[in-house]
Amino acid sequence: MPNYTLTINKRKYTVKVDAGTPLLWVLRDSLGLTGTKYGCGEAICGCCTVHMDGKAERSCVLNVEDIGESSITTIEGLAENPDHPIFKTWIDFEVSQCGYCQPGQIMTLAALLEQNPKPSREEIDNAMDSVLCRCGTYHRIRNAIDKLTEEKK
Amino acid sequence: MMEDLNKTSRREFIKVVALSGGGLFLASFVPLQNLSADPDDDPKIFAPSVYLRIDSNGVVTVIVHRSELGQGVKTALPMLIAEELEVEWEKIVIEQADADPKYGDQTTGGSTSIRTSWDPYRLTGATARVMLITAAASKWNVSADNCFAENGFVINKLNNEKLSYGDLVEEASKLPVPQNVKLKDPKDFKLIGKRIHRVDTPDKLYGKAKFGIDIVIPGACYAALSRCPSIGGKVKSFDAVKAKSLPGVIDVVQISNGVAVVADSTWHAFNGRDALVIEWDYGPNAKINTEDIRNELIKQTKTEGFAWENKGDINKEIVEGEKVTEAVYEVPFITHAPLEPMNCIARVENGKAELWAGSQTPQDARTSVAKALGFNEDSVTVHIVLSGGAFGRRLVNDFAVEAAEISKATGKPIKLTWTREEDMKFSWYRPLSMHVLKGSVSGNGKPLKFSHHVIAPSIIQMRFYRELPPKDYDIKEGTVGLEYNIPNMRIAGTTIETHVPISWLRSVYHTQNPFAVESFIDELAYAADKDPYEFRRDMLPDDSRLKNVLNVAAEKSGWGKKLPKGKGMGIAILACYDSYNAQVAEVTVEDNKVKVDRYTVVIDCGIVVNPDIMENQMQGAIAFGLSAALKGEITIKNGGVEQSNYDDYPILTYNEMPVVDVHYIRNNFRVGGVGEVGIGACAPALCNAIFAATGKRIRRLPVRLG
Repeated sequence: MPNYTLTINKRKYTVKVDAGTPLLWVLRDSLGLTGTKYGCGEAICGCCTVHMDGKAERSCVLNVEDIGESSITTIEGLAENPDHPIFKTWIDFEVSQCGYCQPGQIMTLAALLEQNPKPSREEIDNAMDSVLCRCGTYHRIRNAIDKLTEEKK
Repeated sequence: MMEDLNKTSRREFIKVVALSGGGLFLASFVPLQNLSADPDDDPKIFAPSVYLRIDSNGVVTVIVHRSELGQGVKTALPMLIAEELEVEWEKIVIEQADADPKYGDQTTGGSTSIRTSWDPYRLTGATARVMLITAAASKWNVSADNCFAENGFVINKLNNEKLSYGDLVEEASKLPVPQNVKLKDPKDFKLIGKRIHRVDTPDKLYGKAKFGIDIVIPGACYAALSRCPSIGGKVKSFDAVKAKSLPGVIDVVQISNGVAVVADSTWHAFNGRDALVIEWDYGPNAKINTEDIRNELIKQTKTEGFAWENKGDINKEIVEGEKVTEAVYEVPFITHAPLEPMNCIARVENGKAELWAGSQTPQDARTSVAKALGFNEDSVTVHIVLSGGAFGRRLVNDFAVEAAEISKATGKPIKLTWTREEDMKFSWYRPLSMHVLKGSVSGNGKPLKFSHHVIAPSIIQMRFYRELPPKDYDIKEGTVGLEYNIPNMRIAGTTIETHVPISWLRSVYHTQNPFAVESFIDELAYAADKDPYEFRRDMLPDDSRLKNVLNVAAEKSGWGKKLPKGKGMGIAILACYDSYNAQVAEVTVEDNKVKVDRYTVVIDCGIVVNPDIMENQMQGAIAFGLSAALKGEITIKNGGVEQSNYDDYPILTYNEMPVVDVHYIRNNFRVGGVGEVGIGACAPALCNAIFAATGKRIRRLPVRLG
């Protein structure tokens, strides 16, 4: 098995895994970064969303050999700043129920707001529609996003 | 803050406990509790029931004996103790219990957690408070009437002297446990009824919370299991040569549910599992398709069924002007599909088993695992872990038994992870059903007749008790006890058998019966040429809590307002789990596409422990109900489930979520259930709204227009 050196949350990690291993399982099993969740394995649910060079990507379909020099941020990386406005708003609005999908929701939104602090309703809808929540916290996610983007306007 | 507190106090607690175990327990109201068998009372810990410990540092630990599935039980149950104990909420440490009969029933299901803990948890807090006050009074040599408790202290009214709970632990532990302690009057509640933030939210957001799937134990291998695609099939033979040649694969073993691959990572276990060559005996169901099962139900629609309720005469001769309406309603199999796939960690060694399971029935997990391994139950420990959604799926512990069997067979601790595909294909499904409805209204629009014959497989009959008498059929849930005053009624049911594993899904038969009932009541309202809200209202008794929520829903939703073409409002009501719910759905239908704009949800669940959690449950119930009504359908082909992931078993998405306005009735009735009550009215309110918008009556779910 080859070695891969990955930049995750601004730190370098060297892992020995098969080419073709999805980043998701490298994060979870090799590095113990379990904040990135397994939900569907087919990039449908969005639970496993991470940032690759600032862009939201589904780590369950991202092969480890395709990461290269790219910088990966996981929810643990984002949470190095627990005062990030998304976390604060999510807590204020008590968005979460079971919480399993929330890292994916938050990473998806964080990437969007990073690239575009004032997204249109349509841009928000496009980004968020592909992250599933079975508990049905969408209503509160929308309210929280409205609050976050309203403050920026 | 909570988190740091957790760490410190737990360390301290372990230190204290290491000195000696046990404590003092209230046997009177904790069923089956057995800890008092330990005679070694620890003076440093005051534990007036199995749900509470106070140590000499004043650390108050509440033990939550139910499972946190996202419904907020880890926050709501401790609130009950904190309220009566008079202790600062922020200082409470919350601990998840293991499976143990000493806690009483630990099933997290049937919307029971608050309803059944309402007395024992409050009594725990109140009894502890009284004992601490007694202890302080005795130290001060004053009457207990001169003392009161506040924020973790007992205060002497005569001189304002204070003693902290920690200082009183030793003294209180020696006291006899008082009986029949008086609980607070609801008007004096300080915490109950407040929007207290959930204790576990921040860690979940930061990716720090450990769900079952995230837990690792030292030395654990990763396991995946291959199961027969046709339900009821078996392994005939298998060839593991290729699987074993793959990197990371450690072992391949056969267990009761299939062939397991054990590897050094989840990914390797999945790959190994995919490389297995298995010859299946597809079993007796290998030719069964959905239509075969539907045909069984269709056959029964021609029969009468066993009548649970019979009032007046449903066959009374038709009078002049009487308008008769008949319809057949139908719902398919659906599944829970929580985002976290089933998984379990098991360590079976030296005749003992230890499991970490996201289970709604941890005590059953213990029993089931003991039985499967041939162990004594005392040799099985089940730790309850956070569940990434459950919705009833985790009431069945198949995943725990599988994990234990794999660990035993390989002699290694293992973490079994199901793939999403397996989660869809090997679930325990909400049964399909058909409903024959007949009814009539008089020429002046009064209801005359209503009959409902439900045909569905019975969960109890299929899984636990084949001889279940018809009077006790579980399929009657949501059909009987209707509050509507209709002079002639007949409510009946027929069960059918199916090879498809069935089980409880959030609100169980309320997911289907109220759809049929409340849609058909709508049909009768239109037949009577009456407004659907008023038609219902006029059939309900004046003192009815259901009528009250119906009225409030009509008012809050602006029922009766003029709507543009293509828009419609639908109303539905339901009483269940000691709670009362009315919903108004507002939809827009364009080109046969349904857009759900808004739900107005009114609930009367008696005293609300935490309004924010309750509202979140109601909002979530709309998403769950709409997923089922608009999309949910499990179909069977060649004996197995066809769907495999969220692409062919879609659930509601962000853009499809309507605005949900939740209103609740403020009263002091005893607490009702919250987790499930919001499901049943969702589908009929939706379909009644679609009818109002289009004139098309939806009688089969999921909704298909055009």
